[in-house]
Amino acid sequence: MAEDRRVLTGEHFMSGDHACAEGGLAAGCSFFAGYPITPSTEIAERMSERLPEVGGMFIQMEDELGSMNAILGAAWGGWKSMTCTSGPGFSLMMENLGLGIVLETPTVLVNIQRGGPSTGLPTLPGQADMMQARWGSHGDYEIIALAPNSPQEIFDLTVRAFNLAEEFRTPVLVMSDECVGHMTEKVVIPPKDELEITPRRYTKKKPGEYLPFDFGEDEIPEMVTAGDGYRIHITGLTHDRRGYPVINAEAQDWMVRHLINKILKNKHRIIQLEEINLSDAEVVLVSYGISSRVAHRAMDLAREDGIKAGMLRLITVWPFCDEKIRELAERVKAFVTVEMNMGQVALEVERCACGKAGTYLVPHAGGEVHNPDDIYQVIKEAAK
Amino acid sequence: MNRSASSTTDVVDKQSHPMSDLLRMDRMPHIWCSGCGLGTTLTCFIMAVRESGIDEKKIAVVSGIGCSGRVAGYINLDSFHTTHGRAIPFATGLALANPELRVVVYSGDGDLVAIGGNHFIHAARRNMDILVICVNNFNYGMTGGQAGPTTPVSARATTAPYGNYEYPFNIPYLSIASGATYVARWTALHMRRLKNSIAEALPKKGFRVIEIICPCPTAFARRNRLGTGLDLMKYYHDNSIIKHGADPREADIGMTGKIIVGKFLDIERPTFRDFLVENVWPKIGRK
Repeated sequence: MAEDRRVLTGEHFMSGDHACAEGGLAAGCSFFAGYPITPSTEIAERMSERLPEVGGMFIQMEDELGSMNAILGAAWGGWKSMTCTSGPGFSLMMENLGLGIVLETPTVLVNIQRGGPSTGLPTLPGQADMMQARWGSHGDYEIIALAPNSPQEIFDLTVRAFNLAEEFRTPVLVMSDECVGHMTEKVVIPPKDELEITPRRYTKKKPGEYLPFDFGEDEIPEMVTAGDGYRIHITGLTHDRRGYPVINAEAQDWMVRHLINKILKNKHRIIQLEEINLSDAEVVLVSYGISSRVAHRAMDLAREDGIKAGMLRLITVWPFCDEKIRELAERVKAFVTVEMNMGQVALEVERCACGKAGTYLVPHAGGEVHNPDDIYQVIKEAAK
Repeated sequence: MNRSASSTTDVVDKQSHPMSDLLRMDRMPHIWCSGCGLGTTLTCFIMAVRESGIDEKKIAVVSGIGCSGRVAGYINLDSFHTTHGRAIPFATGLALANPELRVVVYSGDGDLVAIGGNHFIHAARRNMDILVICVNNFNYGMTGGQAGPTTPVSARATTAPYGNYEYPFNIPYLSIASGATYVARWTALHMRRLKNSIAEALPKKGFRVIEIICPCPTAFARRNRLGTGLDLMKYYHDNSIIKHGADPREADIGMTGKIIVGKFLDIERPTFRDFLVENVWPKIGRK
């Protein structure tokens, strides 16, 4: 009964939130812990119905602090796990997102972004958590964040988030938004055997030989499960390869560099971009999530008027595609960043363009998507 | 790198402790102060683990932050040292994902009932399969002796220089009111009874709480002129009253007066998992 309900192969008319839940299930998620918060709640609701029927476990926690911890615990108990949240809930999850990073725990955190700060706009969209996704937990680290722009893509990218989490033994963020979460569109779920699923990278070493934070050239340590006899110790303190706390600058340097290198050395395996009309582009729109669909319309308007506009759609936002922006900056006139915030990813574009191309921003405080005409006006300005 | 404690490991005779296989001897010496009761509680715990006969591979210890939180780092079982206050939700995920595990949360009063208080009461309400060992030393020892959720009224602490003016939690009462199914309190003096209590609670199901009253000579006792660890043990000896089945409302702890210890509660009610398996899974045809 259980496993054949896991992948709902077929064509569906489905909301982004439900597609996200289905993506998690298809990727092998067996544990969901969450706290209701608009506009992500439908993911939790779907999981509460679906997880018990595929042999998994759903728990509604007392808050987002508990939710984030419970999914880390479940991961070390041997299950693939996820949570979802929005707005203030994302802030509460930051504490233990950091624990997940330091314990190098595979898990998935979905943020269906709404307008902020604080309680903000519970039912309306925003994309203003992008820098929080990058820097929100204290300390230095690198994060993986994916930004879907449709219900189909939130399914696909939730599967990918689970795969990346296992591949790199780290928490992965799906940074969506209220529009994608609440939008209902066609979602095609492939047959189970056509889905690429990354299994947990369990060690083949024996107890006594295995160290929970030992790794090779690729910087990615292998995993075990509590109860397998390895008698591991893992800690949120700065630690060595054994997982034992070591409180000095040398150990800190080793651990922090490892957490950063693990992602940056493997950027080529993580970064996914969509390039539209870039071959002859003079003005490059940089956008992601729901804003990229509006930006696409503005690009078409510009092309109709003879402006050579193209778009770089960030499917992976973090780690950032520095090299791609640098390469484009050598040959294009300007970048126009379109995002539903007052300029977050735009700072990265500006950094990487390094003055070699113009950088423009079409800001939006959130609550609704951009007007394509507003974007078009900036494209015209940038093309001058 | 990898130099932590290695210089001291060499001088520790690994055979010198009869329970050394349940301790990470390569992490000795521990950080606890002379006269602290935490080592005694850990000894009781590992003796209880051995006595319970439970497969040690299937016991996991989760700690939060603080002096008590360091237990996870010294015990040679699968062990997780998490963030401040979050041991219980981490343990919740661990226990639900892997029901073969006996999950023990070993932490302090500040960690469990101040910053982690919400998790504590909700895990009790759900009757989650977790044994909580709460070492209560009446203050935040690791950070230097600040007042906490269990500091008695009028006690001095670094953040209560004129004496504490908040009412403390009574942990057995809080546990029982929140839904725990096994609740006991001992002091670090009651080694045999504490060990027996842990051994009794370890194989049981549901949310079990054992509070251990523990001397903190360096921070709490010194600031309150209560003497050494030994003086506190003598105080426990003279002032503890063993009263099984006592009304937890009578178990408040003050700066002076008696300390009610014993087993307050030992009942059965369906756990979170029991309820799912018995009432939810049949509705969807899951066994």
